[in-house]
Amino acid sequence: MKSSGLSVWRSLRGAICLLVALYLIAPLTIVVIISFSGAPFLQFPPPSFSLRWYDNLFTDAAWGDALQVSLSILLPSACGATILGTAAAYAIVRGRVPGADFLYAVLMMPIIVPSIITAAALFGLYRLFDLNGTLTGLIIAHVVLTTPYVVATVAAALRTLDPRLEAAAATLGARPVASFRHVTLPLLAPAILSGFLFAAVACFDELIVSMFVSTARTRPISVQMWSNIRGDVDPTIAAIASLSFAFALLALLGSLFFTRRPEVDRSA
Amino acid sequence: MTASQTSAPVLELAGVQKNFGNHAAVRGVDLRIEKEEFLTFLGPSGSGKTTTLMMIAGLEQPDAGDIILAGRPIARLPAYDRDIGMVFQHYALFPHMSVKRNVAFPLQMRGVKAAEIAHRVANILHLVGLDGLEQRLPRQLSGGQQQRVALARALVYNPSLLLMDEPLGALDKKLRDQLQREIKRLHRDQRITILYVTHDQEEALTMSDRIAVFNRGSIEQIGTAAELYERPATRFVAEFVGEMNFLPAKIVDQTDGETCLDVAGASMTAARAHNFAAGDRVVAAVRPERLTLSDSRPGLSGQIVDAIFLGNATRYIVRLQDGTDCSVLQAVGGAAETGSLEPGQNVTLAWDKRHVMLFAAS
Repeated sequence: MKSSGLSVWRSLRGAICLLVALYLIAPLTIVVIISFSGAPFLQFPPPSFSLRWYDNLFTDAAWGDALQVSLSILLPSACGATILGTAAAYAIVRGRVPGADFLYAVLMMPIIVPSIITAAALFGLYRLFDLNGTLTGLIIAHVVLTTPYVVATVAAALRTLDPRLEAAAATLGARPVASFRHVTLPLLAPAILSGFLFAAVACFDELIVSMFVSTARTRPISVQMWSNIRGDVDPTIAAIASLSFAFALLALLGSLFFTRRPEVDRSA
Repeated sequence: MTASQTSAPVLELAGVQKNFGNHAAVRGVDLRIEKEEFLTFLGPSGSGKTTTLMMIAGLEQPDAGDIILAGRPIARLPAYDRDIGMVFQHYALFPHMSVKRNVAFPLQMRGVKAAEIAHRVANILHLVGLDGLEQRLPRQLSGGQQQRVALARALVYNPSLLLMDEPLGALDKKLRDQLQREIKRLHRDQRITILYVTHDQEEALTMSDRIAVFNRGSIEQIGTAAELYERPATRFVAEFVGEMNFLPAKIVDQTDGETCLDVAGASMTAARAHNFAAGDRVVAAVRPERLTLSDSRPGLSGQIVDAIFLGNATRYIVRLQDGTDCSVLQAVGGAAETGSLEPGQNVTLAWDKRHVMLFAAS
């Protein structure tokens, strides 16, 4: 009788997991369905289906501009965060930096301190340099906010990377730059790519800091979504939400793909 | 004999020191390694042997002293500018590179042309018996195969010196014996100079031309396996290399030819020991196979407490009258002076005075 009790428990456990998954996914599914709605307001289930809200996203000037702003800050800020975050993680884990743990904590601050405080601080600082409302200002702000994601993922990967590999490279005649390029970097590449994707997603989603340091002319997509929700709501918001969901999903799958261990040395 | 064989050593260490904080890891090591020699650093963990190796490789910086490789001072050179090959304890193969690329790596770093690299990599892989495994990744290989890749990678650029840091520590006994023979063969055929680190005295005794015994950051003695075994310079070496009985004794008299000892109430002799005087308390050290058992002759009396049959020999544990246990190895078919010896039986132990060494009582 013991085994049947076990199997009951197993199916119960499966059912609980399924319920939790549904609870997490259901709202997203509803948003995706509404994005294809034919009606001009948020209604579920939609009375008819169309692609008009996706079309609106690219033809409406406000949405189009916002999308353009978001896309033009996305790549520079994710790249900046990736380069700075990787360098910082390497210094913290491998370098002989005094107070490396303290440095790590400082670099993690932007995701621990409430966004509104960072936002107010950046706003105040930007007034001194006339950066409020500029793309440069938005990019710098997003580098600050997303660098912690890169530092965390790359530092974690570096801690599990055997330092003897770099020692071996040195005894085999590799100068530090060559050792980093041929040994450390390829082994860290999956973590660096994950960090990059996390940074890109975080940058795309970020709202509070963007609200402070952007103006009507440099309004990224998250701020446009916010103002749309507060004004006349139409399913365009669902369309853009579905797109960002798809983007985040792709990023997650991408990072899973990159961290998977290869079975063959493709470059040989 | 060529000039290079008689003159300059491959490697010379002079007064090399290293401290980690307040702890002196290596305190003044002097050493010469001759061309084509197989020298082993033997010692317990924490004795400074690996730290010394790391300083030679350039992975640790000495606080004082000189390191000279093939006539060139290298103590201040970075690891990548030294002409040294190193095999690490856990191989340290690059996990993202195939066998072929791992072995090609040091040649690429030296700017060797691609055709030449392919040729040399194929040669060395054949030499270590890895033909056909070129495209495998390290984790698709067994421990023994990984060790061979590490060896090939460290040899492919013909370094003047090969360092090996406990390279067989992670392998099982059978594979270890096999790889020991292969490393010896490579050493002989390829005329490599090897500096080997181990804490396994059996491995050191079977592989090395000379052994440097490390203890507490310095070298206690350097010599051939036979020298260390037959004439240990210190009590530490006597204890660490091979098996040894240590019997508390007192010097009764010193004559021209010999030293008279009182060992557990019995009168015994040893060779003349110039560094002791009558009345000194000492420790008499004697190997188990140098003791003879008898039930009639005069000698140290004791009682057999255990007899262990080992196949080619029998080990007897004999308890002396002062309570010291003594191990005696009697070869099967040797000149046994008694019939069967059973636990509980009273016996006497004798030795030849040439085979006894005296050390200061600790």
